Amino acid sequence: MDKPIIETSKLNFYYGSFHALIDVNLKVGRNKITSLIGPSGCGKSTLLRIFNRMNDLIDGTTTSGSVLIEGREILGPQVDLVDLRKHVGMVFQRPNPFPLSVFENVAFGLRIRGERRKNVLEEAVCKSLSSVLLFDDLKDKLSLNALQLTLEQQQRLCIARLIAVTPDLLLMDEICSALDPMATMKIESLMLELKKQYTIVIVTHNMQQAARVSDECGFMLLGELIEFGDTKKIFTAPDDQRTDDYITGRFG
Amino acid sequence: MKRTTEWIIEKLIFISGIGSIVFVALIFFFLLKEGLSLFASVNVFSFLFGVNWYPISEPPQFGILPLILGSLLVTLGAVVIAVPLGIASALYVAEVAPKWLSEILKSGIELLAAIPSIVLGFIGIATLAPFLKNVFNLPSGLTALAGSIMLAFMAMPTIVSIIEDSINSVPRSYREGSLALGATRWQTIYRVILPAASSGILAAIMLGIGRVIGETMAVLMITGNAAILPTSILQPVRTLTATIAAEMGEAVSGSEHYFALFAIGIVLFVISFIINLVADFFMNRNKKRNKKK
Ligand SMILES: Nc1ncnc2c1ncn2[C@@H]1O[C@H](COP(=O)(O)OP(=O)(O)O)[C@@H](O)[C@H]1O
Ligand SMILES: [Mg+2]
Repeated sequence: MDKPIIETSKLNFYYGSFHALIDVNLKVGRNKITSLIGPSGCGKSTLLRIFNRMNDLIDGTTTSGSVLIEGREILGPQVDLVDLRKHVGMVFQRPNPFPLSVFENVAFGLRIRGERRKNVLEEAVCKSLSSVLLFDDLKDKLSLNALQLTLEQQQRLCIARLIAVTPDLLLMDEICSALDPMATMKIESLMLELKKQYTIVIVTHNMQQAARVSDECGFMLLGELIEFGDTKKIFTAPDDQRTDDYITGRFG
Repeated sequence: MKRTTEWIIEKLIFISGIGSIVFVALIFFFLLKEGLSLFASVNVFSFLFGVNWYPISEPPQFGILPLILGSLLVTLGAVVIAVPLGIASALYVAEVAPKWLSEILKSGIELLAAIPSIVLGFIGIATLAPFLKNVFNLPSGLTALAGSIMLAFMAMPTIVSIIEDSINSVPRSYREGSLALGATRWQTIYRVILPAASSGILAAIMLGIGRVIGETMAVLMITGNAAILPTSILQPVRTLTATIAAEMGEAVSGSEHYFALFAIGIVLFVISFIINLVADFFMNRNKKRNKKK
């Protein structure tokens, strides 16, 4: 495989004294969709939030081991979090557009990077909305408050907001869990579209989704990465008995 | 037996509920009756826009424009001082300070609210007025500015605690979304949190104004009490409330002067009522918006 975009080794993470990630070794390949599956509470979100250091917002956590993104160590106090998060974007479980207009939501990332030129902002907004297939629906409603959109549109907007600043990596934490099946299908096809340009890591409790969209898949249990590999293989011939039990629905 | 007790309790509650409404209605009715009597002899226009307040000269003149402007000037000054300070302190308490410090600061702010206004006025006379007198080289430090500063202190607790509440009720997800996009903490505050809390901030400002415009004793003590049309914040002024407090004792019951003071009461009532209405509007909008999330 090519040089991985994310590589963790001996990654351990604690909430206070609770050991939430145990010796996780993981390689995420470029321009692929990698999925993390596992029962609720096994540490999927925690792992994802390591990659953009969102866990730093929580008091009393400790991290050890190493996480390289594009070959650069991202753990440790010397890392510039603002810069890291400019390269590693995240979409959340519940759509969280800002209570601003559609336009300002998408322009947000550029504005905080100091972009003021109107034409640059406009172009970026149009382009980003197009790439999440929202432009046709919203081109006359750019000044609408984003909270008035449907949930699916809000989630698309949150993706557009990220794409506007062209990160290298998109982290998506159960981004379809607030959506109905139709909307979920549409977002999934969007993911497949985005894969051409971005590397995507998704967390999902929906095994069918992982099977449908991801190239590689990791199964987690109680803070450990039990098995990682080609999605087809994980779903058809897993090496570990526990993976087999999970995907055949014996627990979880 | 039980039935009768319950019946009695129920009626008692009913009567006290009605009673409070009736009392408010009576006060309001009394205020209107006494206040409106003035307009039998003085016309409304020359009352509201007259520039001379000479209630005991012969013939008396009841123009309250200087008093209205005095109130507005002192209030406006207080708002200009208290709002930026209030927003800054609320942000510091809610977003920047470590937890233990923000707990201490919050108690401190509550303590400030507990200081009786007359005490603040007293401290103002003893310290603030001489200070202003020296700094601006004035004949007397008892000016609109002194009143504004004192009132800003009085309005601060209200303003800070309401703004702090509305900052805290900004959903966490906005903050995370912004930080995850690579925004700094300051950019997050300024571009996401403050706009999201804007209704609460407006409500805080309106309630702060409400608190300030009805304040009496401190302004009576510290603004110099001259019922002249103010042209500068460094002049003595007199407010609506201070006029009532200062003159009620000497106005002969049933005289024009006495009615005029009640008419001032009506003006004050209308102003406070409008301010509360606006504040209420913003508060409700804030609540609704946050519920939607
Ligand atoms: N902020 C937190 N403080 C303490 N424990 C937490 C916190 N967030 C998550 N946990 C715990 O860490 C474990 C993993 O959580 P999470 O990563 O959210 O799981 P998943 O996303 O797989 O459902 C769970 O047992 C959860 O209770
Ligand atoms: Mg999760």
